[in-house]
Amino acid sequence: MDSFLSLGQGFLVALEPSKLLFAAVGVLLGTAVGVLPGIGPALTVALLLPVTFKLDPTGSLIMFAGIYYGGMYGGSTTAILINAPGESASVATAIEGNKMAKAGRGGPALATSAIGSFVAGTIATIGLAFLAPWLVELAVNFGPWDYFALMVLAFVTVSATFGDSPLRGLTSLTIGLMLGLVGIDKLTGQARMAFGVPELFDGVEVTTLAVGLFAVGEALYVASRFKGNPEEIVPIRGSLWMTREDWRRSWKPWLRGAAFGFPIGALPAGGAEVPTFLSYVTEKKLSKHPEEFGHGAIEGVAGPEAANNASAAGTLVPLLTLGLPTSATAAIMLAGFQQYGLNPGPLLFTENPALVWGLVASLFIANAMLLVLNLPLVGLWVRLLAIPQPWLYAGILVFAAMGTVAAKPSVVEVGMLFVCGFLGLLMRRWDYPVAPMVVGLILGPMAEAQLRRAMQMTLGDPMVFFQNPGSATLLSLSAMALLAPFVMKGLSRFRTAED
Amino acid sequence: MSLLAKRRADKRALVVGLALFVFAALVWRDAAAQTLSATYGIGPAAMPYVVAVALATLGLGHIVVAFRDGLPVPEHADGVAIGWIALGLVALLLCIAFGAGFILATTILFAATARAFGRRALLVDAAIGLGLGVAIHLLFSKLLTLSLPAGPLERLF
Repeated sequence: MDSFLSLGQGFLVALEPSKLLFAAVGVLLGTAVGVLPGIGPALTVALLLPVTFKLDPTGSLIMFAGIYYGGMYGGSTTAILINAPGESASVATAIEGNKMAKAGRGGPALATSAIGSFVAGTIATIGLAFLAPWLVELAVNFGPWDYFALMVLAFVTVSATFGDSPLRGLTSLTIGLMLGLVGIDKLTGQARMAFGVPELFDGVEVTTLAVGLFAVGEALYVASRFKGNPEEIVPIRGSLWMTREDWRRSWKPWLRGAAFGFPIGALPAGGAEVPTFLSYVTEKKLSKHPEEFGHGAIEGVAGPEAANNASAAGTLVPLLTLGLPTSATAAIMLAGFQQYGLNPGPLLFTENPALVWGLVASLFIANAMLLVLNLPLVGLWVRLLAIPQPWLYAGILVFAAMGTVAAKPSVVEVGMLFVCGFLGLLMRRWDYPVAPMVVGLILGPMAEAQLRRAMQMTLGDPMVFFQNPGSATLLSLSAMALLAPFVMKGLSRFRTAED
Repeated sequence: MSLLAKRRADKRALVVGLALFVFAALVWRDAAAQTLSATYGIGPAAMPYVVAVALATLGLGHIVVAFRDGLPVPEHADGVAIGWIALGLVALLLCIAFGAGFILATTILFAATARAFGRRALLVDAAIGLGLGVAIHLLFSKLLTLSLPAGPLERLF
């Protein structure tokens, strides 16, 4: 019952005209960046951090969440119409959706992804509203050792378990952790890794790293492979509406997609890629028309799209209740909370319920806005795709420069942007994941703080991590998640040797 | 793949491995230079030592990989395009360093990036960049009351 009451109060906050405006700006921006190739929600929020510094915290956070949801939505449009997934979670959609569009069924493909996203997003947000208070009650009893163990688990799953190569994922994460060391140590006031450069005393700016890796790195990478021929946009022919048959084939995949997306998003495993992929495979197995898969099966669009929106809501569960980001966008949203001096977690729910519940309520509103805005405006979004790539990436770099310079206008900062940009290029070329580095930079200092707090409380006895059931379980899970890919790789090698 | 090609070490993995060793050494040296420690628990040097060991381990992993499968081979890269963007970013750096202002910086950055993507109309692109720079400057100074680095162009407004 508490959830209903709090949520009701949240709606009172979220329905204020100014908050509605923030939500609308967020979903429009989010859809636009989701549609455009090369920029995703993580980068957009990172660019907006310095810009929103002086704005109202609740409004800005509502806008960030709108960008997150909108980005998930917009990615599907690109995937369906030009077969270039705007973000990695739309890869599954691109397979079937683009085939549908080429067969003249682009309208129903867009419709099933939009309605599916709405259905799944709403279910997942209800899940968030009811799971969050329960998790908060649990989290109140968490000690610093539990938080530390939770963060270790997040490190491992974000970098090692779901990437192509655990070695490269862990390398990316560890360099992020190293960058997180830079700056004044909060407990003793000593400078670490600053090498006497005063600009480094405050640490490495999250905006600079994220913008460098995501925006500059991506622009350099695309430019280095640019052949000059624009992608072919499949025009939308025929009706936007779904037939009775389409509805019949879509509603179950929506629900199953939500069932995959929300729990997996809520686990400290993060990412929307796993649930979308699982949903695609499941729909293919359960479908009565398995032969259509690969040639434009509507189930293959409905399921993964629902899953990816549900996972976005799922990701907010650990972020809001534990302060634990499990995706790059969530990590940067955490930085957004921190810039207002807010720390997500159980305390935030009691200290600032208006903000937390306003944010949750705004998610329902954002979802509804996306449904209402997206289908009628699809023509506008398609026109965004027609922006010539040279201007698109030039614009992205100008905004990247703006975000960095607005955060800290110094030569050192621009120099770091330069270095991070080339690092991003190299990582893309040599197939290192970028997100773990950002997570490492944001979460690393928090993990260290929890570790030192734990060790202070036990006067330096490390056994506390193993004597405490919570942290012991989480740490053994992390160890398993860390070793699993190596063991499985070894197993598969045995198998190929036997064949 | 021929046996000979497989036996040669992958240079890129070796370079990454060596870079990781250098990072590890840097972090370790910096941690060792910490003079203050904590009265209870662990001090500011503990986490850096952990990170240094992790970096060294990963460096070792890269050396092993270098003699096995190596890193994935990337596609051919267009160095000229990368150079144009680098030029734009250097211009941004110099504009900030010598107080030429944000608008001029965006103009050059926009034109150089568009050039990297194969556009030949430098003047048109510079004009678009100028317009974008002015718009961002006005948005920041008038609407958001935030300041961007100012130069001669910004003082006109």
